[in-house]
Amino acid sequence: MSLDRKIAYIDLSTGEIDVQPIPLEIRRKFLGGRGLDAYLLYNHAPKGCDPLSPENPLLVSGGLLTATCASATARTHVMAKSPLTGLLGSSNMGGFFAPELAWAGFHHLVIKGQARKPAYLFIHDGEIEIRDADFLWGKSTTETQWAIREAHDDEEVKCLVIGQAGENLVRFANVMTGIKNSGGRTGMGCVMGSKKLKAIAVRGTLDIAIAHPTEALEYNKRFIDQITSSKVNQTQGTLGTPFIWGATNSWGGIRTRNFQYNQCEYADDIEPERIDEIAEETIGPYHMTACFGCQVHCRAQYRIPSGPYAGIYDEGPEYTSQGAFGGEPDCKNAETVLVGNHLVDQYGVDNLEIGSIISWAMELYEEGILTKKQTGGLDLRFGNDEALLEMVHRICQRKGWLGQTLADGGIQASEKIGKDSFSYLIQVKGMNNLHSDERATPALALNVATASRGSDHLRSRPAIDLYHLPEKVLRKIYSSPVPYDGPLSSEHTEYIGKPWQVFWQENCYMAVDCLGICKYHTVFLGPTLPSFEDWPKVIEYNTGLQFTPTELWDIAERCNMLERMFNLREGLTRDDPKKGDTLNHRYFDEPCLRGAPDVVGSTIDRQKFTKMIDEFYKHKGLDRKGLPKPATLKRMGLQSEPSHML
Amino acid sequence: MHEKGNKVLKIDLQKCTGCRLCELVCSVQHDHVSNPMRSRIRVIKWESEGVYVPMACQQCEDAPCVAACPAKALRRNNELGRVEIDYDLCIGCRTCVSVCPFGAMHFNARDRKVFKCDLCDGDPQCVKFCEVHAIEFVEVGDVSLNKGREAAKRLHTAAQQAERL
Repeated sequence: MSLDRKIAYIDLSTGEIDVQPIPLEIRRKFLGGRGLDAYLLYNHAPKGCDPLSPENPLLVSGGLLTATCASATARTHVMAKSPLTGLLGSSNMGGFFAPELAWAGFHHLVIKGQARKPAYLFIHDGEIEIRDADFLWGKSTTETQWAIREAHDDEEVKCLVIGQAGENLVRFANVMTGIKNSGGRTGMGCVMGSKKLKAIAVRGTLDIAIAHPTEALEYNKRFIDQITSSKVNQTQGTLGTPFIWGATNSWGGIRTRNFQYNQCEYADDIEPERIDEIAEETIGPYHMTACFGCQVHCRAQYRIPSGPYAGIYDEGPEYTSQGAFGGEPDCKNAETVLVGNHLVDQYGVDNLEIGSIISWAMELYEEGILTKKQTGGLDLRFGNDEALLEMVHRICQRKGWLGQTLADGGIQASEKIGKDSFSYLIQVKGMNNLHSDERATPALALNVATASRGSDHLRSRPAIDLYHLPEKVLRKIYSSPVPYDGPLSSEHTEYIGKPWQVFWQENCYMAVDCLGICKYHTVFLGPTLPSFEDWPKVIEYNTGLQFTPTELWDIAERCNMLERMFNLREGLTRDDPKKGDTLNHRYFDEPCLRGAPDVVGSTIDRQKFTKMIDEFYKHKGLDRKGLPKPATLKRMGLQSEPSHML
Repeated sequence: MHEKGNKVLKIDLQKCTGCRLCELVCSVQHDHVSNPMRSRIRVIKWESEGVYVPMACQQCEDAPCVAACPAKALRRNNELGRVEIDYDLCIGCRTCVSVCPFGAMHFNARDRKVFKCDLCDGDPQCVKFCEVHAIEFVEVGDVSLNKGREAAKRLHTAAQQAERL
């Protein structure tokens, strides 16, 4: 049985539009969402293409389960070659866009070319129009969305947009939808800006067939019970992701002052409870909001309580904004976190990247590597809230020498700044790390070092490694659906067995990204949440397609390999400090100064780290250089890629 | 007392997180497809303010749609506590759509039919799936009880705060 789901090819240069079905054979190999996008990228991006050139395809998709009766399938995936890293670019976001795109008749968009002048796409019930966006250019992310709704006189239109950061080709600009749902990391908004594509507006009233409606409803209810009974999701639903801050900071996992400390001095103002209090004071007792069909409702609503932005409505802030505008720059004001969060939402820029890159610049300034002339007179010291927020404006507007320089991302900036600046930059493959400090947690360090889109926690992080779960529990999770009888350790400071955990998580996250499910609904923060064994029924009841847990695992492994093949093709080599599977030297050389007793003094052990990488490569079927073995490619059916079936 | 016909949907708009799962399950339950345009319940949003209001048929005691229907295709079923459409009599004139003060009578442009909430014959799916209890199915006499209590609490708290000042 085939699914009636479509892919649209849109050429912004010529205005040509072509619509095709998605063959079942491709579905069974790459499932949908991120996996199918990886296939499209590998097949449509010319080798070595300039990420800002018309040839770079921008891929937008929903997952296999998007707009079905499966729980929390709100995710939109966006992929292209990254202008930040020159490698794989990939963003995954919640909200309401992907389901609406599905009801408008499409599950995948392949956008090529470059519009001559600002344009936006209007997609409705199987029709695709390229429209003039002069009236939108220069507008913020939310202004753009409201203006499109007004132009179409329809409040139900959902939009994927860029803000000024994307227009100004900031290399880590986001694509955004709603108030704060962000397609962050790797600069997909910059690619959209290079195409002069301000927005993709969708409105759909078409049916998505449900193969077995009664069973699909029943199973959805079962999933919801499983998901909402998890303590971690209950906490998420009360405090949002900021809840992670309290625990992580207390044991010493928050990098502070760029990378000088692994813990931010306690400050009431940026603790989750204070942020929750502000939401309660400014919105009311019920201040959590949700993405499409999700019962976790992890996003807070708030109004900025004080200062020049007082009264403005926004959503969040996430744990990442606490780091970007709290821990890393060592600022300790709730107002700064909330304003910073608001600015990145409005400009449409990655909060992790901007927080990290400004903190890096702060360290360079304090070390005398950046001069006051270069900062344009700004006293860019740690703890200077005003300078921090001013730099957000300058980067997004590409204003001044430093604003221009940092807008090109860490590696290009370090080449321009020179001296020893690169050695201070906490990045992998050209993308800065979020504010987490992995020096005491080898599993997490391996995850950021090997993640396919550069330093990132959402590709393969075994977050449950921090819970000290009994080995018996770990074994139950990590030896399904494929057997694993190697070592596993409950100790988060250990190196034993971690490569398998990272490998397992990499496949788990790929599977949910292919299905279009949110990671809070799988084994990310909660060990009791659904995974491979639970998905086949959801897929069958909703789509009629049958897969075994092992088949889903194989698909995930294949899609991860294809992402790796793309990165290898575009220049990834194992030990390259700018494009490799490695970490900044500070992970190995500078011990943790704060935190729990078993954390203080920790560094990543170089030899053990190398061994972990070797072992991780072995699990993936790569040789010691990190290249896929011919037998691996044959096993996965990837030996003749690019196969150009789509 | 505790009969089906005595229960109504009680909507607490403050609790709604805006996820729209109610719309999804409503369309799957009734039409066996996923499509919010087929849902009997709709979450109306003011996104820029973060305000979400689920809207469904109030099953009015003296319903304008029933009164206005020229084909007498609408009637109130007191046993099930709902207003029903008799599709054998319905002529598809959409008068009911235009007179409903809540926008809760819908017209499906594809099937060319009006449709509305039928309370899932006494087991509303929207209620079953709403974990935050923004939609509840309660005895009609109880609707105002909690509301009154909450309002009283607000007054009480305000009075206490005023005293402290």
